Amino acid sequence: MKITEQEVRYVADLANLRLTNAEVARLRKDMDHILEHMDKLNELDTSTVEPMAQVLYDAGETAALRDDSERPTLSNEAALANAPVSGAGCFKVPLVIER
Amino acid sequence: MHPASLTVQRVREGLAARRFSAVELAAEALRFAEAENPKTNAYLHFCPERALEAARQVDQRLARGEDPGALGGVPFALKDVILTKGVRTTAGSRLLAHFIPPYDATAVTLLEQAGAVILGKTNCDEFAMGSSNENSAFGPVRNPVALDRVAGGSSGGSAAAVAQGTAVAALGTDTGGSVRQPASFCGVVGVTPTYGRASRYGLIAFASSLDHVGLLARNVKDAAVTLQVLAGRDEMDSTTAFAPVPDYAGRLDGDVRGVRVGLPKEYFSGLPGETGDLMQRGIRALGRLGCQVSEISLPVTDYAVACYYIICTAEASSNLARYDGVHYTTRSKDPENLIDLYRSTRGEGFGAECKRRIMLGTYVLSAGYYDAYYLKAQKVRALIARDISRAFEEVDVIIAPVSPFPAFRLGEKIDDPLEMYLSDIYTITASLAGIPCMSVPCGRTPAGLPVGMQILARHFDEAGMLKLAHAFERAGGADA
Repeated sequence: MKITEQEVRYVADLANLRLTNAEVARLRKDMDHILEHMDKLNELDTSTVEPMAQVLYDAGETAALRDDSERPTLSNEAALANAPVSGAGCFKVPLVIER
Repeated sequence: MHPASLTVQRVREGLAARRFSAVELAAEALRFAEAENPKTNAYLHFCPERALEAARQVDQRLARGEDPGALGGVPFALKDVILTKGVRTTAGSRLLAHFIPPYDATAVTLLEQAGAVILGKTNCDEFAMGSSNENSAFGPVRNPVALDRVAGGSSGGSAAAVAQGTAVAALGTDTGGSVRQPASFCGVVGVTPTYGRASRYGLIAFASSLDHVGLLARNVKDAAVTLQVLAGRDEMDSTTAFAPVPDYAGRLDGDVRGVRVGLPKEYFSGLPGETGDLMQRGIRALGRLGCQVSEISLPVTDYAVACYYIICTAEASSNLARYDGVHYTTRSKDPENLIDLYRSTRGEGFGAECKRRIMLGTYVLSAGYYDAYYLKAQKVRALIARDISRAFEEVDVIIAPVSPFPAFRLGEKIDDPLEMYLSDIYTITASLAGIPCMSVPCGRTPAGLPVGMQILARHFDEAGMLKLAHAFERAGGADA
């Protein structure tokens, strides 16, 4: 077995996901199955291979940098327009620090 | 003028001959799409005001004697992971059910500058995660060719709309096959350009090193004209390339004699019957067009699914962390504290497939597992890219199936996530290597289900890829 229900709950906490007991059981089974398949990669010798994080193609060293010039950004009003709760120009969340 | 029979070229001719105005076409296309949509659930919502305004502008250009634009008046659909200012964009998720973007994706701006008329937003798997469009919070898409079957995913709504005739062309996104596979299942053309060829600014991110904007069209020429509009450097997307953009449509004609076509032996050895038969007929048709067909090898193929699903879930777990109940999602009711707000919002908001991928991605990035899974997968990705570079030393294009099978029945594969992942085997290699790829209709199974043929080309050789697809299409596909 690759993963236990306890580990599933630990990972869910890392991912900030609340799961029901039924979801934990189902995910344990699915993840076990999928991770077992992923272990297949160990058959390949990659000791001399550099990891590939991004597709690369020829370009100048600083090609992706634009001029550092001022430009309009999203207004405060537009940025808050989709917030479930906002006020005084800010996103509102439950109290974090007790006074 | 019937919307379902239109192409980009016919719209252009119709407008030029004054057979209809852009506003008349937009109104008729909207009426037709809204009436037909309940059959497939391809569109999630329409944006008639925006469509009619865009059409009015096309008519004004025409009235002034100006060119209406390469896509002037053409009814378009957009996958609902592509941001549209002022028009709801849900990514197929309950979390974004009410999200109204404050800006347009670059692809949307470019389409509208070229005169396209955006009718509405199309259904997709939640956050573009899925191969059947059954992971949408707003119900699955039905395949217009066979309504009891899936349209494919994740751009299932866009493919279905183009196949159903409720859009002339559409944008989708492709991370591991999400444009090509639904195009194959619905019998339309689906194109994914080179990583960096077209701007992704304003696409809702799933896996950033793999996400592409792509397109679906009724024929290769329409696809070439649309790609022309989308391709190029965008200051708002630092991953876009500076490489010059050739004239795709202008290079479609001409013969393809001598084009070296490679068939990966790993792809064809285990290919099941109906799809295998059609592919063999398609390959013979390429031979008759004068292509030099030879067998090649992509030795790392067996490892591609594992590699892809480690990388894409890792990136997804990071990208989806932003849906937290604070900034622009729905929020869980009465949270006890901030952490509880995050956890219950996400637990209630994400569907089963997104949760599975967030969990896998978090696991493979977590302490103790990073090297064994994530770093290992990045190294295997380099081996897969090397396989592809070596293959392109011998051949000009690679021909592959898109999917091991044609469109399957709704519900048929939903209970086995690994089996669903494994069905992406033929599409993910191009995604990992970042090369351009497309699905072009190859023919139909005896039961009438469409099957696409996949064409893969070298980085930035969209022109060569489209030219071969055009020759194949003109010759009648596998039925030639």
